[in-house]
Amino acid sequence: MSEKSFRQAINEALREEMRRDPDVFLIGEDIAGGTGGDGEEDAWGGVMGVTKGLLGEFGASRVIDTPISETAYIGAAAGAAVTGMRPVAELMFCDFAGVCFDQIMNQTAKLRYMLGGQAKVPLVIRMQCGGGFNAAAQHSQTLHGLFTHIPGLKVVMPSNPYEAKGLLIESIRDDDPVMFMEHKFMYDDKGEVPDESYAIPLGEAYYSRDGEDITICALGRMVNLCNQAADDLAQENIGCTVIDLRSTSPLDEESICESVEETGRLVVVDEGYPRCGFAADIAALAAVRAQPALRAPVKLVTPPHTTIPFAPTLEELYIPSVDRIKQGIKETLAA
Amino acid sequence: MIAITEGARATLLNKEILLEAFRRMRTIREFEDRIHINSAKGEVPGFIHLSAGQEASAVGICMHLTHEDHIASTHRGHGHSIAKGCDVTAMMDEIYAKRTGLCAGKGGSMHMADLSKGMIGANGIVGGGVPLTAGAALKARILGTDRVAVAFFGDGALNEGATLETMNLAKVLNLPMIFAMEDNGYGEATPSSWAIGGEVLKRAEGFGLSACALDGHDFFQMHEAAGRIIKDVRDGKGPAFMHISTYRYYGHFEGDAATYRSEGEAEKMQKEKDCLMIFRNKALAADLATEKELDEIEQQVARLLDDAVEHARQAPAPGAADLATDVYVSY
Repeated sequence: MSEKSFRQAINEALREEMRRDPDVFLIGEDIAGGTGGDGEEDAWGGVMGVTKGLLGEFGASRVIDTPISETAYIGAAAGAAVTGMRPVAELMFCDFAGVCFDQIMNQTAKLRYMLGGQAKVPLVIRMQCGGGFNAAAQHSQTLHGLFTHIPGLKVVMPSNPYEAKGLLIESIRDDDPVMFMEHKFMYDDKGEVPDESYAIPLGEAYYSRDGEDITICALGRMVNLCNQAADDLAQENIGCTVIDLRSTSPLDEESICESVEETGRLVVVDEGYPRCGFAADIAALAAVRAQPALRAPVKLVTPPHTTIPFAPTLEELYIPSVDRIKQGIKETLAA
Repeated sequence: MIAITEGARATLLNKEILLEAFRRMRTIREFEDRIHINSAKGEVPGFIHLSAGQEASAVGICMHLTHEDHIASTHRGHGHSIAKGCDVTAMMDEIYAKRTGLCAGKGGSMHMADLSKGMIGANGIVGGGVPLTAGAALKARILGTDRVAVAFFGDGALNEGATLETMNLAKVLNLPMIFAMEDNGYGEATPSSWAIGGEVLKRAEGFGLSACALDGHDFFQMHEAAGRIIKDVRDGKGPAFMHISTYRYYGHFEGDAATYRSEGEAEKMQKEKDCLMIFRNKALAADLATEKELDEIEQQVARLLDDAVEHARQAPAPGAADLATDVYVSY
């Protein structure tokens, strides 16, 4: 066990799985970087340096740089998966799903069903999500809700380096397509990550904090903000259960409902768009399955139904903050 | 008019191959004709796009492929599926939406596929199958096998970004892939001559693909050229592009009155350029087969399709237990 960054944890997961299984390969834009140029080979290792160093060990036949053609290479990755390979494609930003959504929504997600169960599509699409860098409307989205809406896709979002490694290894071994979302604010976050290989099952939530007064559900970076809020409120003798869902599809409905039945109060915190989104989905789950236990209306702490702004002053208002989470918790406790 | 080039003759000295090609072309025609008739009777649910008239392209190419080679197709995919060796009875069951269908009744006409035969699938999205095909070619490149992949697509898909991006990707990654563009004259209701800017071959050559124009009405030319091209691609010479001139006798979809075509156009094409007629004339004139041999195949195919339709009519439909299966391998 040693302390590693979120970035290193993902790199380690990729390296270990590529060593274990020769069918695993990486494809994407600049995942080595500099291919065909006069400068350094493996110049970037992806825009965030996540895949740095893998070219040297596995060569250009398994760490494949592509032209900027998301439809072509995401589709090719799906085609390789359906014919027996285990590709990990990097989409760079989840926002870029917009340019290749047919291959994700109409091809990758549906192949197994359309083919009457003949097909397995063991494809992982890695991508950054999230705001906080003033990267504006097309480089800051958190589109897990959009992906979760589509049957056939699995959607995973780790909240720390330990989860990043274990969930990615599980996603690569999984026989279904997985949208693997990495919050761009977390690449330098450090945490304990075992050196050995391990897999964290999809669809099993993690109780990040235990408390009797209220249940808080979140994913990815929002889990960390919820934990900060919970730590602050513990000073005021408010006990929060923070559930880190780890994946939205599959979703650990049981853990959510069990906790809500114990606490009777639910706050859902999410960085995605609110309409038909993750937070609304969890609220609906509570209404359908745990309504008798609810002692207060479910509180949703999300951005407004608004495009992500550029100005730091506006983006700060946009993304749920520790203060807003604490306020939401207190309002729910007072209701 | 009925001469066969020396190259084409050499590839077809094997009578078994010649008769098998005729059988597959004839099977496609019978398959499509029956669906046309039975669709009009209301027997067939969903959207149907038929490829009668385009048989020589599908068969001329697929005769050179094994089940280890992959193809992907279009919304007009019955012919490619049959040419690639998919089971005709299971295909008919699928079109009749039966549990015994090739895709368990969950895909239908537009998603016909059999991975065990190297058929990745027809596709409801124009150009959608082209990137998937590149993935099969990428697999061959990564594993270092001599497999190839063929993307069948129509003239309409030549104006889709998915196709154009993939043409570039295939060249840049040197994928063992063939772009088989079947230009049947119309993208839905709009003439391809209007919708395609510039020249097709120049467009393909602009991406660095080796490109050629082929007469999709002439099986012998298709088969000979495809053999050469596929061999080159197999040998690692890089991706290739075929502009195949062809024609569909029926409308864009079943029920389309095809009023965008001139009066008598389809009938004239069938009378003068029908690929089955040309096959028969050329094969007989060159003594490659006898009339009796070809007639026998036609009769066998007719019986096969009689049985397939009857089987499809009687087969069980999928039910509630099937609705939510096959979404995920595990969930």
